[in-house]
Amino acid sequence: MLTALTTVILAPVVVGFGETLWAAFGILPALGHHNFSMLAWQQLFDLPGFATSLRLSLVSGFVATTIAVMLALVGSAWVYHCPKTTSISSRFKPFLKPLLVPILAAPHAAIAIGLAFLIAPSGWFFRALSPWLTGWELPPNWATVQDLWGLSLIFGLVVKELPFLWLVSLVALKQINVSKQLTLAQSMGYSHITAWYKVIVPQLYPLIRLPVLVVLVYSLSTVDMAQILGPNNPPTLALATMRWYNDTNVHLLLPASAAAVCLGLIIIASLAVWEVAGLLVRHVNSALIRSGKRVAKFNLLASTLSAALPITLMAGLLSLLVLAIWSIAWRWSFPAVLPSSWSFNYWLQLLTHWPLALQHSLIMAFMSSGMGLILAVAWLEVQDRFGGHLYRLTLWFIYLPLLVPQIAFLYGLKVGFLRLGLNGSMATVIWAHLLFVFPYVMLSLIDSWRALDQRYLQVACSLGSSYWRRFWRIKLSLLLRPLLLAWAIGIAVSISQYLPTLMIGAGRVESLTTEAVSLASGADRRLVGVYGLLQALVPMLAYALALFLPKIMTLKNTR
Amino acid sequence: MSLELQNLSASTPHKVCLFEPVNMVIEKGQIACIMGPSGVGKSTLLNAIGGHLGTGISTGLAITGEVLLNNENITHKAVTQRNIGILFQDPLLFPHLSVGDNLAFGLHASVVGKKQRRAQVEQALEHAQLSGFYHRNPATLSGGQQSRVALMRALLAQPQALLLDEPFSKLDLELRHTMRDFLFTQTQKRNIPVLLVTHDPAEAATVNGPVVVLQPSS
Repeated sequence: MLTALTTVILAPVVVGFGETLWAAFGILPALGHHNFSMLAWQQLFDLPGFATSLRLSLVSGFVATTIAVMLALVGSAWVYHCPKTTSISSRFKPFLKPLLVPILAAPHAAIAIGLAFLIAPSGWFFRALSPWLTGWELPPNWATVQDLWGLSLIFGLVVKELPFLWLVSLVALKQINVSKQLTLAQSMGYSHITAWYKVIVPQLYPLIRLPVLVVLVYSLSTVDMAQILGPNNPPTLALATMRWYNDTNVHLLLPASAAAVCLGLIIIASLAVWEVAGLLVRHVNSALIRSGKRVAKFNLLASTLSAALPITLMAGLLSLLVLAIWSIAWRWSFPAVLPSSWSFNYWLQLLTHWPLALQHSLIMAFMSSGMGLILAVAWLEVQDRFGGHLYRLTLWFIYLPLLVPQIAFLYGLKVGFLRLGLNGSMATVIWAHLLFVFPYVMLSLIDSWRALDQRYLQVACSLGSSYWRRFWRIKLSLLLRPLLLAWAIGIAVSISQYLPTLMIGAGRVESLTTEAVSLASGADRRLVGVYGLLQALVPMLAYALALFLPKIMTLKNTR
Repeated sequence: MSLELQNLSASTPHKVCLFEPVNMVIEKGQIACIMGPSGVGKSTLLNAIGGHLGTGISTGLAITGEVLLNNENITHKAVTQRNIGILFQDPLLFPHLSVGDNLAFGLHASVVGKKQRRAQVEQALEHAQLSGFYHRNPATLSGGQQSRVALMRALLAQPQALLLDEPFSKLDLELRHTMRDFLFTQTQKRNIPVLLVTHDPAEAATVNGPVVVLQPSS
C-alpha cells in the first residue's frame, strides 16, 4: 500500500520538483543546456517586475489567509452565541451551511469571475448605485478589479476560502465541549467573545491548522484567481512564472524554472514564518490568559470582523448569482440593474451539442474522484487492519501536493511525462488531478472514519459475519454519508483544477475551468457566465447528491 | 449574603412550565439542595439562576419568577455581571492550559501584578493539596485532584454564590466524602451560599441547608 501510494502521489511530486530544480540550475537537455550554472537565477532577478511580483504574492497570500482565518474564528463564535432566540442571527443560523456550501463547491475561477462581474466598474455593485447615487451613465474609469495593490485578489481569496475554513471549524468544534466551557467562563465573568478567544480558539486552532496551512499555500501560489482578479503588470509571482513558462521565447524556460523553485522556497519560508507567528501568538495569549482580564480590549477588531462576515458571505453568493444572470442575459447595458432582454441561446446550444470542455471535465472529475475515493478507503482500511507504523509520516506525504505550490512541480512533471511519451493525454491529466483530489478526499474522510464506533464491527463479528461482509454491510454503509461527501469534494477539486489541466494537458485537454479562465479576459460576458456557472453547477450537483442520497436511502430502509 | 429563589421556573415558548415553581432561601455559609429525578429540569433551573439560559446553543426557554442575590433582583442581569460560580459533573479543566494557568484563568481580575497573581494561585494549589502542580497538564491529574482544581478555580473568581450540578457523581464513594468535606470547608471559609442539585438522596442528606424536591408541573 505504501509503495502504491508512493508511486501514485509522491513520485510525481518528487520527479516534477526534481526536473524543475535541474532546469533552475541550468540543466535542460532539450534546449541544449547541459551544464550546471546560476545563470537562470541571475536572469530571474533581472527580469522586469520580479521584486514587485514577489511582494504582491507575499502580501496577498498572508493578508488573505490572516483575514480568512480571523473571519472563520469569529464566524464560528457567532454560531455558538445567541443572546435572544428571536434575533435575526438565530433565524439565519439554520441556513448557514446551505449558504456556505455553494461557495465551497464552486471552483476558485468561478468565484473570481463572478466577483469580477460584481465589483468591476461596470459590475453589479456600481449598477445598483447608478445613476441615482453616483450620477454615472457610463462605468467609471476605475481599476476596482486587477488593481495594482492586489486588493481585489485578496478579497476574492477571502471570499472563497472563508466558507472552507468556517465549515472546517464547525466540524472541528464538535470535538470540543464548547457550550459547557463557555458557560463556565461566563460564570467567572468573562464576556462571550473574550471567553471564545481565551478558551475555545486555543483548542480549535490546532484542529484546523492543516487546512489553514493549505489555504496559505494556495493563496501564495494561485494562478487562476490571480489571472482574473490580480494585478496584471507585473502580476503575482505564481502568475508571472506561468507566463514565463508559456512565453514564445523558450529561453525564458530557465528563469521560469528558477522562479518556480523560488516560489517553492518562499512557501517553505512562509509556512515557517506562519508557524513561528503562531507560537508567538500562543505565548502572548498565555500571558493574557494569566492576567485574568474579563473583557479583552479587542472589541473594535471583533466588531469589524463581525461586520465583514456577512459582507464577505454575500459577495460570494452574489458572485454566483450574477454569473447565472449573465448566462441568460441578452441585452444588459450600464447602468441597468437587470438585463433588458433575456436569452437561453447559449444554454440551448450547450444542450444540443455538449462542448468538449464539459465532456472532458466530467470524465476527469468522475475518474479522479472515483480513484481518489478508492485509494483513500484502501489506505484507511489497511491502516485499520494492519496498523500503521510511519502513520503520521505517510499522512504528510498524502498532503504534500497541497503544501507545495503547484507550479513548482507541474512543469517538471510535464517534462517527465514528455520523456515517457505520455504528454498531453487525458490519462496524465487525470493523474495530475488525482494528486490534488486524493489529499482533499482524505482530509474530508479521515475524521469520520476514525470516529466510527468500532463496537458495531465487534457486534457484527460476534454475530458471525465475515470480514468482507462487515466491511461492506457495516463499515461502508455506516460511512455512506462521509464517503459520498468526500466523493463530492473530489469532484469539486477536480473541476476546479486549472494549472494541472493546462500544463500537463499541454493545452490540448480543454476543461470547463481552462475555458472559463481564458474566456474571462474576453468580451462576451454571457459565454463566460455560462462556463463559470457550469463550472460551479457540476460540483454543486455532486454535493446535493451526496447530501440527499443517504436521506432517501434511509427513508426507504426505515419506513 | 444570601441567595433567594421566588416562584422560580422555566417555561417553553408555548408558556408551559417545566416544573412547579421553586421557593427557597439560602443563607451565607449554607449548602442547600434541589432534588429530583433525571430529566425534570434540574440543570435548567441552575442555568436560570446562573443566567445561562440564553447563552450557548439556545434552548428557547424563558425564566418565570425571580432570583435575588443579597436582596438584589438579578433575574435578568447579564451572566457576566452576576458573580455566580458554577461547577459541573465533569471538572472541565481547560485542556490547553496548565493546572496553574487554569486557576489563573479563574482568579479575579482585581488581583493585579504577575507576582501577586502567581502567589495567590500557588496558595490555592496548596489548599487543594496540590503544591508543585502548577505546570502539570490537567489530563495527568486523578479525578479527585481535577475536581479540587475545578472548585478552587471557581472560588478564585470570588463568586457571591456557587451552583453545583450533580457534583462528584463520577467519583467513587470514598473520594466523594473527602471532596464533600473539602467543598464544605472551602465555601464556609468564604461564607457564600451554595446550591447543589442531585438525584441522589444520600447526597441530599449531607447538606446543612434547605432541601427542595423538584416536581414536574402537572
